[in-house]
Amino acid sequence: MTNTVIPLGSVDLSIAAGLVVLLAVLTWQLRLGMSQRVLIAGVRTVVQLLLLGLVLKYLFDTRHLALIGLIAIVMLAVAGREVMARQQRPFTGIWGYGLGTLSMFISSFAITLFALNFIVGPEPWYLPQYSIPLLGMMLGNTMTGVALTLDHLTQNAWQQRAIIEQRLMLGEDWRSAIKDISRRSLRTGLIPIVNAMAAAGIISIPGMMTGQVLAGSSPMDAAKYQILIMFMITAGTGFAAVMTSWLGARRLFDERQRLRLERLKVLRD
Amino acid sequence: MPELKLESLKVAHLGPIDLMVQPSEIICLSGTSGAGKSLFLRAIADIIPHQGQVFLDDRSVLEYVAPQWRKQVALLPAESQWWQDSVAAHFNTIDKALFEQLGLQDDSLQWQVSRCSTGEKQRLAILRLLANKPKVLLLDEPTGSLDPQNTKRVEALIRKIVAKEKLAVVWVSHSEEQIERIADRHFVVADGGLNLQ
Repeated sequence: MTNTVIPLGSVDLSIAAGLVVLLAVLTWQLRLGMSQRVLIAGVRTVVQLLLLGLVLKYLFDTRHLALIGLIAIVMLAVAGREVMARQQRPFTGIWGYGLGTLSMFISSFAITLFALNFIVGPEPWYLPQYSIPLLGMMLGNTMTGVALTLDHLTQNAWQQRAIIEQRLMLGEDWRSAIKDISRRSLRTGLIPIVNAMAAAGIISIPGMMTGQVLAGSSPMDAAKYQILIMFMITAGTGFAAVMTSWLGARRLFDERQRLRLERLKVLRD
Repeated sequence: MPELKLESLKVAHLGPIDLMVQPSEIICLSGTSGAGKSLFLRAIADIIPHQGQVFLDDRSVLEYVAPQWRKQVALLPAESQWWQDSVAAHFNTIDKALFEQLGLQDDSLQWQVSRCSTGEKQRLAILRLLANKPKVLLLDEPTGSLDPQNTKRVEALIRKIVAKEKLAVVWVSHSEEQIERIADRHFVVADGGLNLQ
């Protein structure tokens, strides 16, 4: 078994692109109104990934810490926007963006830094070949957990307003009045990653491991890295979801422990 | 002795309102729907933001931790809410004698909430509220869904407890007869204020 990748040329990619075009023709035939979207998404994939390749190539060559930091912040900012976009009732003002972003920041960055320094230990610790993909995996997954948790929390607080207020009227504090909802929101946020852990390797071969094996790593090395990533993602998603549900629940109440649903805005039904 | 005092209380289009409710006094409020009766009670219980001050025994609401305030200044909403399956799970302490006085059987605590009638839930909600040993009662149409017999039972029970514990009561009612029977003072909520009848 060789340790080098078989490089892909433009002809190879064009053949693969032909399959997508074929799909677009098919959806057009079926009048699904999807063919344009399929093609645009396909073009986006090409442009975005090639750009990423360029940026990463530059980054790997220079190993500039400030630049790595900048890329990390851009990744976080985009993930934060994505979390907000997935909310049906996001918080108004800075909280709409800040709450999920803060949770993801603390959790993803802390765990990535921890893994880089104490587990993987590349030299230097911020070596972009390791730090950027690790952070990317972390953010991509905590994003899902945070978005699900927050959406479940705010939606249910909205729907169960009368119950929360009834519990407040009976003298429960804010934590207790929203306890059931925040617990369920946390569970909602954690289910996908727990399921992914349980299914890993049997039902699905995780994308990262696939990539590593294709790139010539030994399957055992790839498996070990995948295990590390799974654990990091699970812990990171868990911590971020806990933080999100706590901060979100706290933000739903004011200093007099009143439920303040006007802090949520309605974007769409 | 519990004494409720409102100083320039303002909420939405209502107020400023100054009002003193003496110990053992029952004040009735009536008025068209939308006049702000429920908002008024919710502001006193500090469930919604408001301007002005509320005092219990000369201590401002701000001196209380919010849950402590709401246990003592107890609000019964027009429609009670239940979040557990069984009735009993909503009760901390249980006074069997009170259940009897509202015409509820011994086993009513074992009932499933989903199988209770509106009237049963309403009476259970009153008992749930009283279990907190409040000093002030804010009752939003407490007998709105009750038949005449149970209405009388609720009135009798509340009056008995008010007399014994010297509670201050604000009672929203739409029934002229009921207001006749129970009110020490009666205000109509209209044009953003309380008008003494």
